[in-house]
Amino acid sequence: MKTDETNSCSLTGIDASCRVPLLALFGGAALWLVLGLLLGLAAAMSFHKPDLFADCPLLGYGRAQAAANDLLLYGFALPAALGVMLWIFARLSQAPLALPIVPVVAANLWHLGVLLGTAAILLGDSSGHAWLEYPRAAAALIFAAFMLLAVSAAATLGFRAERELYPSHWFLFAALLWFAWTYSTANLLLLSGHPPRGVVQAIIGWWFANNLLFVGLALLGIGSAFYFLPKLAGQPLASSGFTLFAFLTLVFFGSWCGIPQSAPVPAWLPAISAFAAMLSLIPVLALALVAWNTIRGAGCACFGGPFCFIRFGTLSFVLSALLYLSEFCPRYSRVLDFTWFGFGVTQWQLLGFAGMILCGAIYEILPRVMEKALPYPKLARVNFYACALGVLLYVIPLLIGGVEQGMKLRDPNVAFANASGVALIFLRVSTTGQLLLLLGSLCLLLNILTLTVQWKLGLLKTVIAAVQAPLERESASAVLGGAESASAALRRDKEVKA
Amino acid sequence: MKTGGTVFLAAFVALGASWFGLVRGPLHQLGGAQQTVILQSTDNWPPQRTGEATLGLQVYRKYGCAACHTEQVRQTGMANELALTSLGTQKAADFKDFLKSLMVVPALMNDSNTILGKLAGWNGSVPMTLYSGDDSTVVSTLADKLKPVGVKTEALVVARGADLARGWGVRQSVAADYLYDEPVQLGSLRAGPDLTLIGVRHPDADWQLQHLYAPRSQVPDSTMPAFRFLFEVRKKVAGQSAPGALVWKPEFAPAADLEVVPTLEARQLVAYLASLKANAPLYEAPFTPVTAAK
Repeated sequence: MKTDETNSCSLTGIDASCRVPLLALFGGAALWLVLGLLLGLAAAMSFHKPDLFADCPLLGYGRAQAAANDLLLYGFALPAALGVMLWIFARLSQAPLALPIVPVVAANLWHLGVLLGTAAILLGDSSGHAWLEYPRAAAALIFAAFMLLAVSAAATLGFRAERELYPSHWFLFAALLWFAWTYSTANLLLLSGHPPRGVVQAIIGWWFANNLLFVGLALLGIGSAFYFLPKLAGQPLASSGFTLFAFLTLVFFGSWCGIPQSAPVPAWLPAISAFAAMLSLIPVLALALVAWNTIRGAGCACFGGPFCFIRFGTLSFVLSALLYLSEFCPRYSRVLDFTWFGFGVTQWQLLGFAGMILCGAIYEILPRVMEKALPYPKLARVNFYACALGVLLYVIPLLIGGVEQGMKLRDPNVAFANASGVALIFLRVSTTGQLLLLLGSLCLLLNILTLTVQWKLGLLKTVIAAVQAPLERESASAVLGGAESASAALRRDKEVKA
Repeated sequence: MKTGGTVFLAAFVALGASWFGLVRGPLHQLGGAQQTVILQSTDNWPPQRTGEATLGLQVYRKYGCAACHTEQVRQTGMANELALTSLGTQKAADFKDFLKSLMVVPALMNDSNTILGKLAGWNGSVPMTLYSGDDSTVVSTLADKLKPVGVKTEALVVARGADLARGWGVRQSVAADYLYDEPVQLGSLRAGPDLTLIGVRHPDADWQLQHLYAPRSQVPDSTMPAFRFLFEVRKKVAGQSAPGALVWKPEFAPAADLEVVPTLEARQLVAYLASLKANAPLYEAPFTPVTAAK
């Protein structure tokens, strides 16, 4: 690792500067994760008891599932990943977070946007475009919040002590550009007063979904993993040159996937996506190789710690990406299109890949940022085992059920009820996976909430102490300094020196 | 990749290229699309929806129907078919013999087994498909040879595929079909059947309304959730049903003094479903429309 973090004093300052922004980002993200999983569970109930919500339009499958998907992506994965990115940038720059108040404002705006968007979907004001369901106001809030976070991240990157960039920088920095460009383009084109006519809307939606869910999440997730894996394994990142090759091929080929093979569009579009998907196997395998060479032989027993999370997430990236790319192979798409397979792959990308890496990163970051051990370390371990098992139980039945459903749909002699009915038993198994995921994410929420409450109580105590003992203001401000910002920490250093 | 500038440039070029190809390109090619003309007709495609159906599309969006239903069908290929529509004065046995004698014609020799195979169990009823395959010269040669002896045939172009065999469509979906959809909701999962041709498959509005209120009253093994909130269950006025109230099979009927009346949204949604009938032959998706034979 390039960052030889020996100066423990400045390290404390860097971590402290991230405290408030990260609490705001991670706390909201964990809450949305739990809510998203709950809504997903409600949506799945429609397949157990079709008439459960017959009198309740709020939780009908079409609304609940869309809201759940968006909560997992916009509510949980993106803010959590941006928080992790801020911390990694600050750590790699060996400088405290630039403009620390900006990400706090941004986090609140972001969560407000997600709240608005979710309410809009549940009340029937969804835009109708997959992954872009949030109405204009919510999308504008999220985009504004993103730009604020990006400014803070870019400024922190600009203040870095060492000019040379570490591989995580490339991935995370590119992710900033990716989200800014795709989210603004898709929303401006589709939610403006004059959207393009006809099927172009769907094409833009596919381009956006691919660039966010496949390329964007890969950039964020792998960028984070390539910071934590070498650190936790105690070995340097294998072959930075090979990583560069993987990065470049990922952004150049991956961004052209996304148009389904069956799409009712001019044939050159699906053809180019199929070709790009084939080429995208190169970066996926290259990234797998780098990750494998980095952690191979690391005598690192973790029993459900951050290393386990991130290792599981990286493996999930490779497998889910391979399955995702297989959907664009014309031969397989004839079976896989319009089945539960694609849904399963997306859930794996969101929960198994991004979700696991982010949970691991949060568990690794939070104790440092709070200068306090996790309140429930055992629950963190429960989180890993519940989520790992939960993801597998959730996704694998969907994948198998999808293939079976696709085979039956292909044969016109099999009645449709039979083809869709075959997936039902798999859906029932996958619901147990959802329950486990919910259990795991509750552990995360509990840990973050307790840390936040403890921190706020601590702040309150110092404030009260400061009020009650005005003569000892110097010492009170020193305690507050650790809690507030790096500048305070620096001031304290000066005082000590003086 | 030593500095931020090069990373930014590489990412910018990569994403810019895909934006140019997958957003700018399709916008240029399809963004200004207009109605097209239906093959062998002067009518335009797609027809403009009625006001009620246009509002129904918003109801479809509002309840997220596209989460379980697609509005796109695939086709795996095309076939040229020759249908025998009338034997004229010929007897079936004579016609079989005549057809056998034709199999020495070079264009027909390769397919003689399949053509004669179809005749083996045939009792002389028409219409009957004489040939179905890739080769259009077989169709034209056979039609030419049969015309002089007074046998009437019809050459058909037929789209094939599992989706079409299920009756979900008569041809593949193409970009032109969605010209008036706002938003376009193609769907990506078939938890329920495809709706491309639902307006032709179930044109009856009462069927649709009853299916929405109680799916299993119409399709016994349906997994669709009931949409009871789109209906009003109320007391009959003076024991008389209101004009729009649904008529039920006994086992699904509500209590004797109650009636189920569709709300405005339910009627709009059904009007939208009735407007889904992609059954016009187009330049990019040709087929011969069959009116009575099928």
